[in-house]
Amino acid sequence: MPKSQKIALAVMTAFFLLAPLVLYPVFLMKAMCFALFACAFNLLIGFGGLLSFGHAMFLGTAGYACAHAAKVWGFPPEFAILFGTAMAALLSFVTGLLAIRRQGIYFAMVTLALAQMIYFYYLQAPFTGGEDGIQAVPRGILFGVLNLSNVWAMYGMVFVIFMGGFLLVYRVIHSPFGQVLKAIRENEPRALSLGYDVNRYKLLAYAISGTLAGLAGATKALVFQLASLTDVHWSMSGEVVLMTLLGGLGTVFGPVVGAFIIITLETYLAQLGAWVTIVQGVIFVICVLTFRRGVVGELGNWLRKPL
Amino acid sequence: MTEIFGVPTQALFGQLLIGLINGSFYALLSLGLAVIFGLLNIINFTHGAQYMMGAFVAYLLANKAGVGYWWALAIVPVVVGATGIVIERLMLAKLYKLDHLYGLLLTFGLALIIQGLFRNEYGTSGLPYAMPSELSGGRNLGFMFLPNYRAWVIVASLAICIGTWFVIERTKLGSYLRAATENPALVQAFGINVPRMITLTYGFGVALAALAGVMAAPIYQVSPQMGADLIIVVFAVVVIGGMGSILGSILTGFGLGIIEGLTKVFYPEASNTVIFVIMAIVLMIKPAGLFGAQK
Repeated sequence: MPKSQKIALAVMTAFFLLAPLVLYPVFLMKAMCFALFACAFNLLIGFGGLLSFGHAMFLGTAGYACAHAAKVWGFPPEFAILFGTAMAALLSFVTGLLAIRRQGIYFAMVTLALAQMIYFYYLQAPFTGGEDGIQAVPRGILFGVLNLSNVWAMYGMVFVIFMGGFLLVYRVIHSPFGQVLKAIRENEPRALSLGYDVNRYKLLAYAISGTLAGLAGATKALVFQLASLTDVHWSMSGEVVLMTLLGGLGTVFGPVVGAFIIITLETYLAQLGAWVTIVQGVIFVICVLTFRRGVVGELGNWLRKPL
Repeated sequence: MTEIFGVPTQALFGQLLIGLINGSFYALLSLGLAVIFGLLNIINFTHGAQYMMGAFVAYLLANKAGVGYWWALAIVPVVVGATGIVIERLMLAKLYKLDHLYGLLLTFGLALIIQGLFRNEYGTSGLPYAMPSELSGGRNLGFMFLPNYRAWVIVASLAICIGTWFVIERTKLGSYLRAATENPALVQAFGINVPRMITLTYGFGVALAALAGVMAAPIYQVSPQMGADLIIVVFAVVVIGGMGSILGSILTGFGLGIIEGLTKVFYPEASNTVIFVIMAIVLMIKPAGLFGAQK
């Protein structure tokens, strides 16, 4: 890990350890869940060059599965999260098989359409509770000792999950697998001619990304004790694109910064109603037209260091 | 009452008609997307919002200026198309040298802005738009009741689709367009103003969406969200048909509308998802789409 990234990692760790002294823990837990979601998404677009417009399906599926397992089956939190993540993994594998058959813009449209299909399914399926969602999900007792209804215990668990997920994404990006992925992004035919089974790499990247997005969704369901249709809706898929774009596509820390900014905006603009959507749209347009490197990308470019 | 496969014929033909109507809009919208994509290589995510704008401008013309449906059919596409031209000149034109995905992201952001602005102004509930008096009522065909306006929508959208196909495939203007789709640099070298052609093409695609919006206004309620979910279905239609051929997108649009209508009769639970399921199947069998060519 280059020195600049070590410093950034230390800053980020210190921030999430110290911030709850000043900021609301629930707000920070939300930010960490979305940061992990955005990191998972960034793995696919930033390093695999695949723009998924349907990542909400993993967030929402894992949320529903985790909430159902914890509430109806009485799973302890660790197994509920694991079950939710496993369901997202399964879904990402199946949808991945279909989606990687098309490239570029079509890939985005296919993932969007598949996610919309999943959305309509959850809208009608009896176990999701329709418009109400699954409410009052018990947080339970972690490993049989740690009562998660204590906000600090919960915070600790979310922090560990977020850091674990973040470091895993970092590991994947900097592994030989990640290098091949970048090669495919840059020039797919050449990667193919070098003998790499391109589709297998893409599918694996898609599945890892979907699984980690699921981990974020399952954790989020326990934080808010709620799984609802919002998390499966296409606007959520758009939101994660926005977070990653604003933070910096293909940077290591960008998605975390982007998620934090967007969650802050939403929290403070919540009373403005429809203006939230408009502000999001404006950020999209500004980012695409003049700010394509994103916050962290610009910073890294200015410092001439990878971030 | 007569029945087919245990379903009353009235219900069957009623849903078939609704399917054909939906199919008309799928065809019109996917046609516009295909025309824009052909030349600009951009998937116009704003298409649904522009369709909604079409319906709203017609509504405002009727309620603020007393301009009726028939004039709206002519005025609205021009007005909304003009906004499209502004968007193309000010924003999209800056993105042609970049990855095509940025065009998708930009138009997605624009769709959020437009839908948000309309929602702020008009709320989320639908506004009624009166049917033109010439087309109110309907006729009894013996096996079903056919409202005149719905018949008009099907005929008009078919005519527009075929007209567009004719212009692109059979006229000199269309041949320039097809040539520029293949190789813009070479066409420009022959002295044709390609950037202007791109601008007008985008304007035309947007105008098509707005025209669909005007035709939809008397059938569906005019609301800021009317295009948001529709556009995702249209994306699936485009993936199924492939964007290679104009006739292909017209056929796929109408065909899928009918299939959706039939699903409503025989297995209503799946009527929302059937198009997406078909997309999944087509991706497995023929990834390039029914009428597309794999590049």
